[in-house]
Amino acid sequence: MPTVSVGRDRLFAALGKSYTKEEFEDLCFCFGIELDDVTTEKAIIRKEKHLDEEGDENDEEVIYKIEVPANRYDLLCLEGIAQALRVFNKQQEIPKYTLSDVSKDSMLQMHVKPETSSIRPYVVCAVLRDISFDEASYNSFIDLQDKLHQNICRRRTLVAIGTHDLDTLQGPFTYEALPPSHINFVPLKQTRDFTADELMEFYKSDLKLKKYLHIIENSPLYPVLYDQNRTVLSLPPIINGAHSAITLKTKNVFIECTATDLTKAKIVLNTMVTIFSEYCKRKYQVEPVEVVYADGRSYVYPDLSAYNMEVSLSYINHTIGVSLEAEEVTSLLNRMQLHAERSASGNNQWNINVLVPPTRSDVLHPCDVMEDVAIAYGYNNIPKRKPASVKPLALNEFSDLMRLEIAMNGFTEVLTWILCSSKEISTMLNRQTDESTAVVGNPRTSDFEVVRTTLMPGILKTIGHNKDHPKPIKIYEVGDVVLLDEKKDVGASCRRRLAALYCGANSGFELIHCLVDRIMEVIGTPFVPVGDDTGYYIQRSDEPEFLPGRQASITHKGKHVGTFGIVHPEVMSSFEQSLKNISYVD
Amino acid sequence: MAEEAILGYLEKNEQISDSGNFAAERGFDHNDVVNVIKSLHGFRYIDAQDIKRETWVLTGEGKKYAAEGSPEVQLFLAVPAEGSISKDELQKKLDPAVFKIGCSQAGKNKWVEMGKQVSRKVQNVEDKVKDLLLQVQNGHALSKEEISSLKARKLIVPQTWKGYSVRKGPNYAPKRKKAATDLTRENLQKGDWKELEFKEYNFNAKGQPAEGGHLHPLLKVRKQLKDIFLQMGFEEMPTNNFVESSFWNFDALFQPQQHPARDSHDTFFLEEPSTTRELPEDYVERVKRVHESGGYGSRGYGYEWKREEANKNLLRTHTTAVSSRMLKALAEKPFAPKKYFSIDRVFRNEAVDRTHLAEFHQIEGLVCDRGLTLGDLIGVLHDFFSRLGMSKLRFKPAYNPYTEPSMEIFSYHEGFGKWVEVGNSGMFRPEMLLPMGLPEDVHVIAWGLSLERPTMILYGIDNIRDLFGHKVDLGLIKRNPICRLGIS
Repeated sequence: MPTVSVGRDRLFAALGKSYTKEEFEDLCFCFGIELDDVTTEKAIIRKEKHLDEEGDENDEEVIYKIEVPANRYDLLCLEGIAQALRVFNKQQEIPKYTLSDVSKDSMLQMHVKPETSSIRPYVVCAVLRDISFDEASYNSFIDLQDKLHQNICRRRTLVAIGTHDLDTLQGPFTYEALPPSHINFVPLKQTRDFTADELMEFYKSDLKLKKYLHIIENSPLYPVLYDQNRTVLSLPPIINGAHSAITLKTKNVFIECTATDLTKAKIVLNTMVTIFSEYCKRKYQVEPVEVVYADGRSYVYPDLSAYNMEVSLSYINHTIGVSLEAEEVTSLLNRMQLHAERSASGNNQWNINVLVPPTRSDVLHPCDVMEDVAIAYGYNNIPKRKPASVKPLALNEFSDLMRLEIAMNGFTEVLTWILCSSKEISTMLNRQTDESTAVVGNPRTSDFEVVRTTLMPGILKTIGHNKDHPKPIKIYEVGDVVLLDEKKDVGASCRRRLAALYCGANSGFELIHCLVDRIMEVIGTPFVPVGDDTGYYIQRSDEPEFLPGRQASITHKGKHVGTFGIVHPEVMSSFEQSLKNISYVD
Repeated sequence: MAEEAILGYLEKNEQISDSGNFAAERGFDHNDVVNVIKSLHGFRYIDAQDIKRETWVLTGEGKKYAAEGSPEVQLFLAVPAEGSISKDELQKKLDPAVFKIGCSQAGKNKWVEMGKQVSRKVQNVEDKVKDLLLQVQNGHALSKEEISSLKARKLIVPQTWKGYSVRKGPNYAPKRKKAATDLTRENLQKGDWKELEFKEYNFNAKGQPAEGGHLHPLLKVRKQLKDIFLQMGFEEMPTNNFVESSFWNFDALFQPQQHPARDSHDTFFLEEPSTTRELPEDYVERVKRVHESGGYGSRGYGYEWKREEANKNLLRTHTTAVSSRMLKALAEKPFAPKKYFSIDRVFRNEAVDRTHLAEFHQIEGLVCDRGLTLGDLIGVLHDFFSRLGMSKLRFKPAYNPYTEPSMEIFSYHEGFGKWVEVGNSGMFRPEMLLPMGLPEDVHVIAWGLSLERPTMILYGIDNIRDLFGHKVDLGLIKRNPICRLGIS
């Protein structure tokens, strides 16, 4: 995206209004340009020279760096941005650009020699009469050429612009292609004359110009423009002649664009003349030039005619997703500098008849018109249509992520029954029967007396039935237990639990401890000192199912969430196994 | 032994009030007793309370006098009971320090007559100083005056004495068991676990580091994004083709051949294989026409389209190259609506810095259906981004050669306190869709963003090279928490 630097105060003067930075940012956002940076001329220079000292910012002119869309060549200078925003804000009518009424006989002519077709075949020209530059607009005029050269002109390969003080020249002009040694002139900023081949050698050390030399360097003929007196206007796309250089005092500007791409040459010329015709005595009026080819073809430039586009109202509404009346659409389009009128298309349908001005070369298709309606209407005012989609269940998604992490720590997942015998959750765990146990009324066997209140029996039974499995065994389960719950309509609710167990020749307590640490790490909870509620900490605990002094409770953000420890040998023997270690986390 | 004595004493008695006395009475060294108390306290056999006392101890000089008698008495005894002795004679009989101090003290006590000749004034003296020093040495208390007189002569100095008072602790037993560090299978087999005392765990430190595998943070985020797309009904596109032709990467997308993105400054072109071997010719013809002179309601770009440019192979600059192939394939069958997504590698010929890499991952979603509107695009973007935790969105008009309208997506970042650009979106241009042969009322809405940027924001990483590539910090990968994007 090209960035344009404009003086803030001059911009606000042109907009007829001062904005705060935030207000201006909002305006840019709605229109589709972006205030990229706020700086000062001196700060830019300091940055270029890598100087550190601070300037007195108050004394310096504030520069706004504005990012504009790459296809909006009309926004590459302050005048273009200001005009677009004035029209957008309804402070100004869309300008109507006209060609001055010169008769065919008195029209300036540019004669194109056939040799040019081998190197740079096209040229388009125009004249700005009675223009008044001040320093700022003059600089803007020069900067715009530079911006166009860098962007649409693809570093002068496609189009090169030359601007001249017409009063120093005499038409008709010729556009020729000659051997370099036959071209001889004083180039801009130099005091002596050079032949074109000398000049190419000379510019090899010029930082700015050397990157353009390759465009014509290897051609036997170089393109060149002359006036009637054989004064060189320019050696495109390298340099203009010093003779016709424009100054602040220049009244009449002759603009020529030589090109390998005619469409882009026309766009470049139109951009230059439309924007700067604002400073002409006859505002928005441009004097045409006739370009005559050797074979007799002749064209008058610039072509300021509007491009006519019929866009159906229903296409606009149905693509944006709104229901606007034809009048609303035309007035929205006017704010985007597009002349628009409604016209009946039969069947009670409206068409919008759009006249795309020469400044808006970006409008190629009705979709571009539709977009401008959407922008003027406001992207953020368009009602959204919610698509059909589903939301995942957070609890289960989270459980799945945890299951994966624990497996990645070397534990094997088991899946055990929800139902168990009542002694498995009480006496066999060295415990009293939990009062919040959901009890089955009609168990077929003692295996299905109660709904588990803990994952421990299932995981211990799994070890009991895998006595022959090589040790150590590391297993885990993530699943639900049921507890009585008065807040529930049915009086009981599920709780998601996690249990992991190590069984081997030693207790493996450290292994379970580090699994607890890892679980906390992956859920992003820091280890904190006891009593700190921002993370988790571990303290001694005293639960009957674990060996005294060999167990600990886990507190997560102030809430007790689990216990881990060496399973009490009495518990182990009731489940008929040797040695293991258990950890629980909610 | 001291340990047995302490535990044994506490079996019958409430407490040991003073470890010093306890040691003295039983003839233990107090230091040994203190060590035993500390150890038993650590295992909570006993509770020990600190006690402190100021006591006096003899200086070197004091010890000497306690053994040999005070200098004044030594001097007195050196003076004959009868008659006198010359001062010089007397000095020879005594240690010089003893003589000097003895003279002044004995004189002060009026025990002797001092002159050239020294004689006794009294016949019997008591060595009170020695007695007092012996009392201090045996730990007896002295009166204030006595203390200050000895202190003045630098014979005693104060010393803080530390000891304990001791009661039974929660783990009290008359006999200490050996502290075990772990319960072993052997303990269980022997059944001696009942007798075991364990060394206390230190829960103020974390456990040892876990030995496990770790997934890459970026791919964890990718997995969550994939899930999000699937929940939204999107189907994954096959994107395993990094090498692409300019035609599918640019031309098919109505991106003109002079577009800056097609410069070697931005795109990696291939030397081998340098060009594509085939393109669908009739479609190429339609694409060429739409670039050059338009059609389908467009005026086109008005330039001369070159087949050589389209043939150039490159490393795809966006996954939209795949989207264009998918849409073309869709156009060849009777129309059926589709929702596609992809998350895969793309390449840009860019300078590498804190926020840019020459390759990164692009997330892309597109919906292809009849009658889609900008309102649908805004709706689907709200749905998608709210699942990423970005529910406050706004849209800025933008330019992109293949979408019209184009919208940059901004999300309000609470942490940064500002609007941040989070992606790009738009409706594919008719100049792209119609040459493919899609029906005229079929619209395609699409959006794209990088995988790296939201991941960096999510995990607070400010240098992309710390996240992705060989300069990655393995510690960061290991510490990285699970990705809960899309799980609210």
